[in-house]
Amino acid sequence: MALWVDKHRPRDLSKLDYHKVQADQLKNLCKEGDFPHLMFYGPSGAGKKTRIMCLLRELYGGGVERLRNETMTFTTPSNRKVEIMTVSSNYHMEVNPSDAGIYDRVVVVDLIKQVAQTHQIDTAGQREFKVIVLSEVDELTKDAQHALRRTMEKYVATCRIILSVNSTSRVIPAIRSRCLGIRVAAPTEEEIVSILQFTCKKESLHIPEGLAQRIAQQCDRNLRRAILMLEACKVQQYPFTINQEITELDWQMYLRETANQIMLEQTPAKLEKIRERLYELLSQGVPPDMIFKGLVQNLVLNCDMELKAKTLQFAASYEHRMHNGSKHIFHLEAFVAQFMNIYKKYLADMVMDDF
Amino acid sequence: MQAFLKSAKSQDKSVGGTSSEVVKPKKRQNLAPWVEKYRPRRVDDVVEQGEVVAVLRKSLEGADLPNLLLYGPPGTGKTSTILAAARQLFGDIYKDRILELNASDERGINVVRSKIKTFAQLTASRVTPDGKPCPPFKIIILDEADSMTHAAQAALRRTMEKESRSTRFCLVCNYVSRIIDPITSRCTKFRFKSLGEEKITERLKFIATEENVNIGDDALKVVIDISGGDLRRAITTLQSCHRLKNREEITSNDLLEISGIIPQSYLQEFFDVCVSGDYSKLESFVQKLSFEAYSIGQMLDQFNEFILTSKEVNSKQKAIICDKLGECSYRLQDGGSEYLQILDLGCTIMLAQKQK
Repeated sequence: MALWVDKHRPRDLSKLDYHKVQADQLKNLCKEGDFPHLMFYGPSGAGKKTRIMCLLRELYGGGVERLRNETMTFTTPSNRKVEIMTVSSNYHMEVNPSDAGIYDRVVVVDLIKQVAQTHQIDTAGQREFKVIVLSEVDELTKDAQHALRRTMEKYVATCRIILSVNSTSRVIPAIRSRCLGIRVAAPTEEEIVSILQFTCKKESLHIPEGLAQRIAQQCDRNLRRAILMLEACKVQQYPFTINQEITELDWQMYLRETANQIMLEQTPAKLEKIRERLYELLSQGVPPDMIFKGLVQNLVLNCDMELKAKTLQFAASYEHRMHNGSKHIFHLEAFVAQFMNIYKKYLADMVMDDF
Repeated sequence: MQAFLKSAKSQDKSVGGTSSEVVKPKKRQNLAPWVEKYRPRRVDDVVEQGEVVAVLRKSLEGADLPNLLLYGPPGTGKTSTILAAARQLFGDIYKDRILELNASDERGINVVRSKIKTFAQLTASRVTPDGKPCPPFKIIILDEADSMTHAAQAALRRTMEKESRSTRFCLVCNYVSRIIDPITSRCTKFRFKSLGEEKITERLKFIATEENVNIGDDALKVVIDISGGDLRRAITTLQSCHRLKNREEITSNDLLEISGIIPQSYLQEFFDVCVSGDYSKLESFVQKLSFEAYSIGQMLDQFNEFILTSKEVNSKQKAIICDKLGECSYRLQDGGSEYLQILDLGCTIMLAQKQK
């Protein structure tokens, strides 16, 4: 029993549902014996991984789907052991180097050297190079990215690197200029609707047009989330009705509730309560930058323009500091406190104006 | 163990089954990227950069070679020049006579003390093993020298002087300001200029005919615009596009798509949305931008250009906006969230618009 997301994932470049022109271009890329390093970029749930796997399949045939998990250990210069999980087939290897935290540089250098220095054993019927898929490269430290740039050039004869990133802003220009960038835009709502209907057809279910459209609107153009929502709906109630409730992510609701509480009362006592809620979110594994984004989205709803600008100014600067610091909660709380401050002043001014 | 053997066996089978599908490579092709393939082999092939070529040519004729510091924007031929010079100076043994270190190699103070020092202390003979004369020194090339720590640079100072009899240093970097003064004063500095449009066009046309690339003059112009004087980037763009289109004609749209440049219409829209002063419009625009997977970093770069040439804002507003732009761009580079930074910028523009 696989999730629908995995079960109905297209396995072949020709079966992709959208960006068909791009799929053809990727096919062209494989036709020649060789291709450059690639960088797939796009928001999450847009289909980067799907495209990478399809591309690998096009290159090497079905063998790439025989995956195995391996744990590799690396020793850092300070003699600490770092363990990292890799998923690999005979032809490629998938790693998420940012798992190693600040030791990602060691992983990048050692792992790629290890893989790249060994040639493919039997070059007949195979490509002459292996592929290394690195995900979340935008989370890598600058150090690791710099290490990557030369390694990419040096081992170009034996391996190709496919990078998958959410945004290219955080990738250093030197890496960007060494890769062929492939933009994977999120599917439009219509495309999501048609994919949802198609998925239902394959599962021999019937879905009303209205429900598909509502899911498409709620999923933030994230296809993975859309299909997961659909499956959740199926579990809740089948046959579908148009006005069926679509389960929202509970942390989003929790976040909205937190924002509402901030708007209600601006006192130190409240701040302490908010801290608990923030801790709760963090301990549930919600990434702190998502918390920031969610808070800002909800907080600015009933502010006037000037206050909005101020809020954003503070949010942007606290969020930036958070990335440089190590304790996320400080910065989240500082932002909340700052917002309470400016909001209270704003309310007080309004009362003054009334007099 | 059993399971492992089993899976290995079934894997073999799958490999056997699929190998017929996979197109067999005809023969070992030359897989080198064009950037490597068309790297200048001789100093005289280097495009533009008059002074440094003149100095190197003199040293090829027998004059002494000073320590060099080559700096300039990426893709102007710094590394190519020094490699070509080394090849011509030393002939076949050039691999033994140069030590090339760059940012990916460990280059802390320890390496300077051990590796560089030992290499520098070796003496070089006046003749090659097969009896040809060659200059009696070695070259240490420190590529991307601006990413060396100050401590490591400081450790270089004395080594550079002491071993000057047998070793020349060549530092290559983008930003000369990050090299400490004592080092710059020991080297002859050469600035590499951005390549002019004609030179790039000439080179690209040469490569295009060599490789049978199907590209029109208009599209070639776009390649040059995208590259901004960076020949490496121009060549890579050309090659990628050629691969992607598989011998069909390359159009300017393909090029823009590959390079990740944001269409001008988006910049205008961002500005219009900000002028309208409607926050919800701004928010939905930012959402759209991120769904389309355009990079906000790129957006900021291009928007800078846009706002500077814009006639709709006065100088004071431009100052406010550009100040914010710089701050946002810095935070973004430093890991800040794209969403918040661009909204912050948007709000600043809105407020700046109001105070005419």
